[in-house]
Amino acid sequence: MAINWFKYSAPTTFYPLAGKLIPWFAISSAILFAVGLYIGFVVAPADAQQGEFYRIIFIHVPSSIISMFLYLIMAGYAALGLIFNTRLSSMMASAVAPTGALFAFISLWTGALWGKPMWGAWWVWDARLTSELILLFLYLGFIALHASIDDPRRADRAAALLAIVGSVNVPIIYFSVKWWNTLHQGSTIKYSGTSMHIAMQQAMFTMLAACWLYAIAIALMRVRCIILEREKNTKWITELAEVKK
Amino acid sequence: MSLDIWMRENPLTYIWVGSYAVAFAIFAIEIAMVVHKRKITLQQVRLMREAEENE
Repeated sequence: MAINWFKYSAPTTFYPLAGKLIPWFAISSAILFAVGLYIGFVVAPADAQQGEFYRIIFIHVPSSIISMFLYLIMAGYAALGLIFNTRLSSMMASAVAPTGALFAFISLWTGALWGKPMWGAWWVWDARLTSELILLFLYLGFIALHASIDDPRRADRAAALLAIVGSVNVPIIYFSVKWWNTLHQGSTIKYSGTSMHIAMQQAMFTMLAACWLYAIAIALMRVRCIILEREKNTKWITELAEVKK
Repeated sequence: MSLDIWMRENPLTYIWVGSYAVAFAIFAIEIAMVVHKRKITLQQVRLMREAEENE
């Protein structure tokens, strides 16, 4: 049986679907966080050079990856909203932005915590660190620009332009360690293989999956709030079971 | 200087308190803010609905 996915591009049909999906993503995320932390702190051995400090990567690497991917997702939704004038796409872009900003902040924060014992400095103006900081500013700029315009549709269009232009920063972050001579290390996991211990890989990928599921769950929760707020004058909102309570 | 010594003597506490506790606190605050926002928005919609019914 073919599913008509376009049916879910309308807030009316997406709102109940998101409500059904949230518990699944949230519970899976909590389970994976517990498993990832157990593998990362109990099963995985200490690193030969970095000792216990390397264990920060189990939150630092997933946060960094997700902060970049969420930006691309946000820019993609914003572009869809701008091109096709679809309400839900713009709402999704607005819902993803705060979570992306928080992941960028966690990435920078945990990176600083790792940098102090390893490099002897909380912060260096390295290409990777600086471009990630710019990503955080782009998220904050998107949120601030959207909030500064009263008309939501005009706010969507203005913020979409910023998101689309800012997406050039994502490949800069990713390739910064290759293009410039940086203090930040390059990728440990490559297509050709990795020197990482299997338990370290398992912990990192489990935490990555947990962070992904968390990001999806919270973005769906937020988009439901945005739908409620923007569509509050429509009949279908007033007929919702949670409104009638 | 004292922080440098402390972090090297207690690396796991440093990692847990400094990064994981902060990250999970951020997630908890984010969830609480979204839940609060939903409550407020639902309240607004209910008030609007009641006002319309009274008219």
